[in-house]
Amino acid sequence: MEAVKKERELIVSVSPHIRSEESVTKIMWTVNIALLPALFMGVYFFGLRALFVTALCIISAIASEWLVQKMAGREITISDGSAFLTGLLLGMNLPATAPFYIPIMGSFIAVAITKQLFGGLGFNIFNPALIGRAFVLITWPRAMTTWIEPTAALTGLDAKTTATPLGILKEEGLEQLLEIFGTKMNLYAELFVGHRAGSLGETSVIALLIGAGILLYKRYITWHIPFSFLGTVAVLAWVFGGKDPETGKLVLFAGDPLIHLLSGGLILGAFFMATDYVTVPTVRKGQIIFGIGCGLITMLIRLKGGYPEGVMFAILLMNCFTPLIDRNLKTKPFGFVKKKEGK
Amino acid sequence: MNHEHKISNWDLIKNGLFGENTIFRMAISLCPAIAVTTSLKNGFLMGAAVLFVQTMVNITVSLLRNFINPRIRIPVFMLIISGWVSVTDMTMAAFAREAYRQMGLYIQLIVAFASILARAEMFANKNKVVPSMFDGIGMGLGFMFALVVISFFRELLGRGTIWGYEIVATKPLLIMLLPTGGFFAVGILMAFFNWIDIRFYGGKGAGGAGGH
Repeated sequence: MEAVKKERELIVSVSPHIRSEESVTKIMWTVNIALLPALFMGVYFFGLRALFVTALCIISAIASEWLVQKMAGREITISDGSAFLTGLLLGMNLPATAPFYIPIMGSFIAVAITKQLFGGLGFNIFNPALIGRAFVLITWPRAMTTWIEPTAALTGLDAKTTATPLGILKEEGLEQLLEIFGTKMNLYAELFVGHRAGSLGETSVIALLIGAGILLYKRYITWHIPFSFLGTVAVLAWVFGGKDPETGKLVLFAGDPLIHLLSGGLILGAFFMATDYVTVPTVRKGQIIFGIGCGLITMLIRLKGGYPEGVMFAILLMNCFTPLIDRNLKTKPFGFVKKKEGK
Repeated sequence: MNHEHKISNWDLIKNGLFGENTIFRMAISLCPAIAVTTSLKNGFLMGAAVLFVQTMVNITVSLLRNFINPRIRIPVFMLIISGWVSVTDMTMAAFAREAYRQMGLYIQLIVAFASILARAEMFANKNKVVPSMFDGIGMGLGFMFALVVISFFRELLGRGTIWGYEIVATKPLLIMLLPTGGFFAVGILMAFFNWIDIRFYGGKGAGGAGGH
């Protein structure tokens, strides 16, 4: 008896010894909640069909996950919130006018192809929601680039179509943009609140920043990727974004970084999609490289490319580099000596 | 390689069509399989060109196999292949101009197809003329079959037409016309044929292709 009692006093177990309260499920649902303010603003500006598109995305994402896991004989994990999050993010990246097949196809590609076929949560190379969006953008380019003016009327049935601020900036220039929005201050204010054409969840910078603040406060994301991403975009927009209004020639150090920061899907992408745990580097230094790379590609596409917006392609392209970055910046064990090449 | 002689000619054709299908089993020569398969007509013509070149190359190599010094066999094979490709190229330029304008470059690229050199080296160089011919026909038919199936789906889904005739008035899935869609089509069809092989013939799919 004595021996048994002593055994209980000394617990021998394998690490980890301290467990955190956090779990994948909890993090996923927190991110979902953090996205709600932006979704609310999207519904406010673009009407109930914005909610319809998002709901359809979420339902089809969860259905796709269930279907593939059922077919593959895997454990059904639809309640962990990750399929919900993919659907929500995809929905927020679609125009509110998207016809019903776009959310369904996009979610299926995102969850079934990009995530489940690669092995499920944690094994995908690319951000599922962004692959889904890239697929529908390439497949149905017209429906995916038909934007409506924000009406702030719940039905929004008679909304006029228009171009996004970035589209106007690219095609017609800053002057045209200022003509529509009035003064520059008004332009900033409208962009900040989200009163502009665009994907239904990307427009409201303030709502997105509230969500990002929650994630930063909870330490679910760190500053490294979003801020290096935004910083690179700002610097490049300032250096290369300026144009001579008369000749249209490039004027260095005359660009307007704020317009580039506040428009497009940059805030949504930088805080919610370039910070996806699975598809970005885990090393801090690598995360900064990842963010800078995203910023570079984004600005390259925005200023020189065929599309007005490049955040999606930037994040997807940098996803490819994630294993490379991680492998080369891996922390070396203390006292580790690199093996000599050759002899 | 003696046992190859006992295989019937029909088996050789079947092997080319299914057992060692260039695209779905070997996954070689994927560049043309993706580049020209945006319409059924192009896919069919490309397949026909490869069928012709593969058969003629196999026959020629088999006829000359005792005269080719093994040390320089690959350059000799290349000369034979480029000769037959030139014949095909000029014939198509003369008789199928519209198609040639779209895919002339890829016809010339047949010279560099792994599948053709591989059969010359692996089969025709070691076998008599008649089996070599049937191997060439089988391999060529297999390639043509793959290209026709791929281009059928890509044209139908990407353009809504088949052989240029309208089936549906819209373009249902534009992505199928892009190279991305080509890879999707090849991958999905490959999976489909693997499934058939595993389900009905007790095979191991493409991973077990060597066992066929």
